[in-house]
Amino acid sequence: MSGGAANSVKAIHPPILERRTELMPSVADPVTTLVNGFFEWFGSLSIFFWKVIRAAATPPYEWRELIRQLDEVGSKSFPLIALAGAAIGVVISMEARYSLTRFGAKSMFPATLVYSVIQVMGPIITGLIVSGRVGAGIGAELASMKVSEQIDAIEASAINPYRLLAATRILACVLMLPLLTIAADAAGLLTGWFAQSLVEPLSFHQFIESGFQGATFNAFLPQTFKTAIYGLIIGTIACFLGMRTRGGAEGVGRAATNSVVIASLFVILADVVLVKFILVVFP
Amino acid sequence: MITADDIATARSEPVLDSRASVVAVNNLQKAFGTHRVLNGITLSVNRGETLAVLGRSGTGKSVLLRLIIGLEKPDAGSIFIHGQNIVGLALDRMGEIRKKMGFLFQHAALYDSLTVAENVAFPLVHHRKNISKTERADRVKQLLTEVGMEGNLDKMPSDISGGMQKRVGLARALALEPEILLLDEPTAGLDPISSGEIDELILKLQRERHMASIVVTHDLHSAKTIANCLALLDQGNVVIEGAFEDLQNSDIKFVKDFLKQS
Repeated sequence: MSGGAANSVKAIHPPILERRTELMPSVADPVTTLVNGFFEWFGSLSIFFWKVIRAAATPPYEWRELIRQLDEVGSKSFPLIALAGAAIGVVISMEARYSLTRFGAKSMFPATLVYSVIQVMGPIITGLIVSGRVGAGIGAELASMKVSEQIDAIEASAINPYRLLAATRILACVLMLPLLTIAADAAGLLTGWFAQSLVEPLSFHQFIESGFQGATFNAFLPQTFKTAIYGLIIGTIACFLGMRTRGGAEGVGRAATNSVVIASLFVILADVVLVKFILVVFP
Repeated sequence: MITADDIATARSEPVLDSRASVVAVNNLQKAFGTHRVLNGITLSVNRGETLAVLGRSGTGKSVLLRLIIGLEKPDAGSIFIHGQNIVGLALDRMGEIRKKMGFLFQHAALYDSLTVAENVAFPLVHHRKNISKTERADRVKQLLTEVGMEGNLDKMPSDISGGMQKRVGLARALALEPEILLLDEPTAGLDPISSGEIDELILKLQRERHMASIVVTHDLHSAKTIANCLALLDQGNVVIEGAFEDLQNSDIKFVKDFLKQS
C-alpha cells in the first residue's frame, strides 16, 4: 500500500529536471514570440518607410494633399501649442525666480528662462503635444480608411497610397514641427517675461537683450530644428500603424492609442539621443 | 456549348491563350497562414464577356478579385491582364494596369470625407490632369446620371443608402473608362428591387461599353441575369465553369446542391 502511494506521488511530482524540460517550451515560446514580434514590427516599419521614401521621391507629387496636411498639422495645432508653450513659460518663470533668488542669482533670470524654454521645454513639449493631437488624428483617420477599404479603393484607382496618404502627412509633420516649436518658444518667453514683470517690473527689451546675450545660433537652431526628427517619428509611426490596422472599430481605437503612446515614447528616446548628438556636433 | 470534358481540360491544363484574353488567371494559389483559400484556379475572360464567380462564403471569391487588381499577391500562378503578367509588378507599374480596371467594392468603399461628386471625380483629378474643372464636373455629372444618381452630387456617402452607395461606387469605377470591370458582390445586402436595378445597370453598361467583367456574387439570380459564363468555386477550386444551362445539367453533387439552395 505504501509502495503504491510512493508510486503515485512519483507520478504526480516528476523529478525536477523532467519538470523543467516540460516547462521550457511554455516559457520559451512567449519569449520567442516576443522577440520575433519585435523584429517583425521593426522590419515592417522599415519596409513601410522605404516605400514612403520611394513614393515621395518620384512624381506625380501630391501638392494639394500636402498643403491640406500642412494646414491640418500646422495651423490647427497652433492654438494648442501656443497655449502649452505659454503655460510652460509661466511655470518656468515661477520656478526659476524662486530658485535663482534662493541662490542669489536673480540677474540670471532672463537667460535661464530663454535657455530653459528654447533648448529644453519648447521642443519636447511641442513633440509630445503633436504626438497626442496629430499622431492620434492620423492614426485614427488612416485606420478608419483601412478597415472600410478606402485605402484599397485608392490603390485600386491606380493611386499610390504611400504617396498620397503617408508621404504627405509625414512631410507635413517634418516641416511643421520646427515652426510649431518656434511658436511654443515665443509664447513661453512672452508669458514667462509677463509673469516676471507682474512681480518685478522688467522691460521686454531688457529681458530679450539680457536673455540672448552671448547666445549663438548653435545654442538655439539645432535644438529647434531637431524637432523635424520628432515630426518624422510622429508621422511615420502614425501612418504605419494606421495603414496596417485590422479588426474594425476596435482596431481603429487601438491604432489611435498606439500611435500616441509609441510616437511619444520614441520622441522622448530620440530627445535623449539628439541632445547628446547636438552637444557633440554643435558644442 | 461547353462540355464537361472541355471544363476538365481547362481546369487541368494552364490556359494556353492567356495572352489573348483580357483577363486570364492561371493556376492561381493563395493561402492566409495555414488556411488555403485558392487552390490553383484557372479562368479567363474576353472583351465583352461577363464571368460570374459563385460559391459559398469563404471560398476565395473576393480574394480572386483582390488578386486580379493586385491588392493581394498570389503564392503561385500567374495573372495576365491584356497579355501582361502582373504578378510581382512594382506599385507604380501596377498603377498603369489599374487605370484600365474599375473595381466596385462589396461595401462601395466611398471616401467618407468627400461628397458623392468628389468621390466620382477622385480618379479624374489624379489621372486626367489635362481636363478643365468644367469638363471634369460635366464628366462626373454624366457618370452619375448613368447610374441614376444625378440628384445627389453634394450629399455625403453617410447620407445615402447602401444601394445608392453602390451606384456611386460603380460610377467611380467607370470614371477612367475601364476595359475591365471587377464587381465584388454588387447586389449583396440590397432589397430585391435595388438588386434588380443594379443588375439592369450592369447589363446596360455592358451593352454600351463592351468591357470584360468579373462579378463575384452569392446571388444566382443576379449571376444568371448579367453573366454569359458562370464559375462555381468550392474550397479554392473551380468545380464547374460554363453557361447557366451547363450548371443546371451538371451531375456534380455540389453544383446540384448549390442550385437547389440558391
